[in-house]
This record gives sequence, C-alpha cells and structure tokens, in this order.
Amino acid sequence: MKRITDEVMENVEILAKLELSEEERKKAAEEMEKMLQYVEKLQELDTEDVEPVTCAVTLENVFREDVVTNTDRHEQMLANAPVSKEGQYQVPKTIGG
Amino acid sequence: MTQTTALKLGVQIRTGKISAAEAVRLSLDQIQRQEPQIHAFLNVTEEYALKRAAEVEEGIAHGRYTGPLAGVPLAVKDNFCVEGIETTCASKILKGFVPSYTAQAVKNLEDAGMIVIGKTNMDEFAMGSTSETSAFGVTHNPWDTSRVPGGSSGGSCAAVAAGEVTAALGSDTGGSIRQPSAFCGVTGIKPTYGTISRYGLVAYASSLDQAGPIGRDVSDCAAMLEALSGQDPKDSTSLNRKDLDFRRYLREDVRGMRFGIPKEYLTEGLDQEICDTLKEMETELRKAGATVEYFSLDLVEYVIPAYYVIACAEASSNLERFDGVKYGYRASDYEGLHQMYKRTRTEGFGEEVKRRIMLGSFVLSSGYYDAYYLKALKVRRLIQEAFLRAFQNYDIILAPAAPQTAPKIGESLQDPMKMYLSDIYTAAVNLAGIPGISLPCRVDSRGLPVGIQMLAGHFQEGKLLQAAYTYEKIRGEWKLPQGQEV
Repeated sequence: MKRITDEVMENVEILAKLELSEEERKKAAEEMEKMLQYVEKLQELDTEDVEPVTCAVTLENVFREDVVTNTDRHEQMLANAPVSKEGQYQVPKTIGG
Repeated sequence: MTQTTALKLGVQIRTGKISAAEAVRLSLDQIQRQEPQIHAFLNVTEEYALKRAAEVEEGIAHGRYTGPLAGVPLAVKDNFCVEGIETTCASKILKGFVPSYTAQAVKNLEDAGMIVIGKTNMDEFAMGSTSETSAFGVTHNPWDTSRVPGGSSGGSCAAVAAGEVTAALGSDTGGSIRQPSAFCGVTGIKPTYGTISRYGLVAYASSLDQAGPIGRDVSDCAAMLEALSGQDPKDSTSLNRKDLDFRRYLREDVRGMRFGIPKEYLTEGLDQEICDTLKEMETELRKAGATVEYFSLDLVEYVIPAYYVIACAEASSNLERFDGVKYGYRASDYEGLHQMYKRTRTEGFGEEVKRRIMLGSFVLSSGYYDAYYLKALKVRRLIQEAFLRAFQNYDIILAPAAPQTAPKIGESLQDPMKMYLSDIYTAAVNLAGIPGISLPCRVDSRGLPVGIQMLAGHFQEGKLLQAAYTYEKIRGEWKLPQGQEV
C-alpha cells in the first residue's frame, strides 16, 4: 500500500512550510515511503497496555513565580531580525486592502 | 601543550607556570596550524578569548576562580548560544544570528573559569552522523583527513583530537557526542537526561537532547561534568541532583563490578576489529576483578525506528520557529506571508533537515499520529524497561560506539537510511535517558581509533566514571594522531 500519495505529500508540504520542485517532491515522497516502510516494524510489538513516554526520566510539573528576571534585550534581539521597522519585526502584509 | 590534558593545563595556570593568556595563545597558534587541514571551527573568537583571559587571570589572583579548569580554553559546538557570538547550528537559515544570552551549560563552564575560544562545526541542527550536513563545509578527521570526524559534534571532537583545545562542549541527541568521540579517539560523556541545563542549546529533539563534555581523558570529562551539572530554573526538565562530585569516583577499582555485553550488538554488521576490541576489554576487566557476561538485550531492532519517529517529530515542531521573521535568513523573492515562510525555509534549510522535518510533520499529522508517533512513544517505554531490567543484573553495559570506524568523506550521505542505521548502539541510550561514555581503546589496522561505550543506569555517572577510569589505566597512555606534536 502506498502511504505517501500526492495528496498526503501536498499536506506534508503545507505542515512543514516547504515549497518543493516537482523533482524534489518525487524524491522526498520516495524517501519517506522507504523510511515509513522501515518504521512500520514498530507495529510488530503489542503496546496495547503500554503508557507512552513523554519525558525521559521523571515527569512532574515545575512551577515558579511569573516574574521578569532578565534585563531588557529589545535592541539586541531586534538586531537579529532580517527586516524590522520602528522597533518591531516587519512581515509582509497579511490582511487585504 | 597539544599532548597535555585540561586538568594538567589548569594546574600550570593556577601555579603561574603559564598565564591564561598564554594558554589561549598556544591554542590559537595550534588552531592556525591545523585549521587548513581540519576545519573544526566555524568561528574562532580570538578577541573574546583574550579579553576573557585577562578577566580570568585577575579572577584567579583574587580567588574568584578556584576550580581546576580555570584559564583552560574551550571549544563550543555551534548549537550553544554565547552572548555576542554568532551561533548558526551550521545552517544557512541562522547565518548572522547573534544571541543576546549565553546557554547555561556554557555559562557554567565560564563560571568555572574556562575560556571560550571558538564555535565548532557540526551537522546542520545536529542532524547527521558525519558533520557533512553542515552548510559551511566538512570537517576532516585528524587521524586521516580523507575521513569524517563523525557527528554531529564532529567539530568539537576533531578540535580536541587535533590538539587545538584540550576540552570541548558537545550535545548528544542520538549519539552525537559518543560516536564522533570514538571516530576521533577522544573521550565524551552524555549524562543522564536532565543533568545539564538545555537552556540556550538550540533544540533538535527536546526529550532526547543532552549536553556533555568532550576531552582527552576520563578525568577531564569528570571535571567538566561537575562544572556543567546542576538544576536550572530556566530548564524545567533539569533535575535537582545531589550527587555531583564526580571526581571522587576517579579511582582504579572494578573488583566485583558486573559488566554485561548485549549479544545482539555482536552481529554481522559490526566491524571485526571493533568486536575484537570489546573482547579484549572483556578479558582485561576480568583480570582486574570484574565479572563480564553476555546477555540478551530486548528490542534492539526497534531502537532506530522508534528513535527516528520521535526525533523527527520533535524536530519538525522545534524548527517551526525558523521562518524568516525573528532571526537569520529571509528569502528575497516572495509574495505574501506564507510564501515568505515557505521560500525562506526551503532555501535556508539543507536537505537532511528538510527530510526530517517532513517525516516529523507526517508522523504528527491527523490520521497518522497514533499509528506512528504514539506507537513510537510506547515502544520507547518498552526500550527503557529493557534497559532497566538489564541494569538489575549489571552495573555497566559495554557496547560499540558505531558499527565501523570513521568512514571516508562522501561515503555516508549517499544512503541516508544506512547512516540512520549506524546509530544503533547510541540512540537507545537517549531513548532510555541513561548516561553513556565513549572512550578510545586502540588503533585499528587502518590507523583509526576504536572507541567503546560504557553505559549505566539513571544517575549512575559515578559508577560509569569509575569503570571508565579503571579501564583507561589498564589501556595505558593514549597519544593523539601523529603530526599533532608541536
């Protein structure tokens, strides 16, 4: 059974926020197909009553007071932006008009 | 200084035989000599290092730096943020990114008086096993420059092997400290998950990533690990451990220690000379009073499928932040916000990173989540339990670090699947969250170092260091590759 149909691949590109050429898309789909075929080995194991692992060692909530501890790094952080304007990150227009 | 260790260099600095600035100069000289052949560094921070050397000298004089590593130059993998120093993760998408804060792991080493001398090359975002997926050129193995240093902490390991520094910082998600340490003939530790803060370590797979020391020997790594460890309120997965005085375990004694070798690790895919090295180790440890047994470790063939599903899923989520808005690269030709995101990421990420983001996006997507991602998380539990069972019978598990010694440059990238499979002996350790050390044992018939891993149960770094230190004494002196002597 083919797992990575054209439709699935289209969805993966949307989720991954990537724009592939026709050739790259074909190659990526083939590679994923191969990898998933291998990964499906996991289905051999019965995991019906197994709790999934979400943290490697221990899992407990960590709480702290919501207070600011760092100094203002506004300018240093903004200096990393590819495009900024008037102390803000600038992105392409998102609302019509 | 190239055959010395970090601790010996630290003694020379503390006793005034050489100054911290002189130590930095010696390191810079060696970097200048070696870099044309090795390319371990992406960025040598000469000015920063010399300024820090002056601070550290004053700090030593005033009793502010009293630790054994004060004044020792340090190479830092380029996925750790250092305030004011470009941090790229060897990716085009982060080119030019200058962090406004320093990673806690780096800060801890700086608080111990170590001096950051540069940022090292790596696989892009730590995704790869050879350091060849770097967007900024390959690193060459100092033992044979036609070969890879391993990865993803290949630059850090090569810098130590080339005598450019005595100590380096790496990160390990599926073997990225232990495998390149083996390929480069140096020593590296991945501690128990949560021992070292991940704050400021650019995330690849958060539930697997751990920082760790890379050095010339076990003692250097133990001293660095002491400095690195500790709970950090800025990383909620970091643990409050009390047992952090690791150097007290540096004693020559394995009497009564129980070692186990998983039979499943000695299969056809393993290089004969690595297998022989393990057997030699078995004999030597027995002679020293330990017991060594072969046993069956369950689920070995499920490690790589589970590891890649989990690592790619987490990577696809962690790498969403690279979208051309806050830092790094932005595509120049686009229409509207969404095309800007897509083109930026398509042009900014390398092939291997895109491959993993796509696989991760798929296994997390609606309709496939349960069958792939949730399944892998459940198998992770079974793999953890298999290790816990093994550690009821053994103090230490012995394992290869990789199926082969260092491959030729260009050999591995042709078949990504084959490269993934080579993580078989290392990735399980990250899934289980346990500590592991890789240490050089011998040189094979091709003149390449063979490294072996020792693994222990959660929080058992002490035992691990004691076993590794004892073996190191049995092995005897370990020289860096020919030609590194100055």
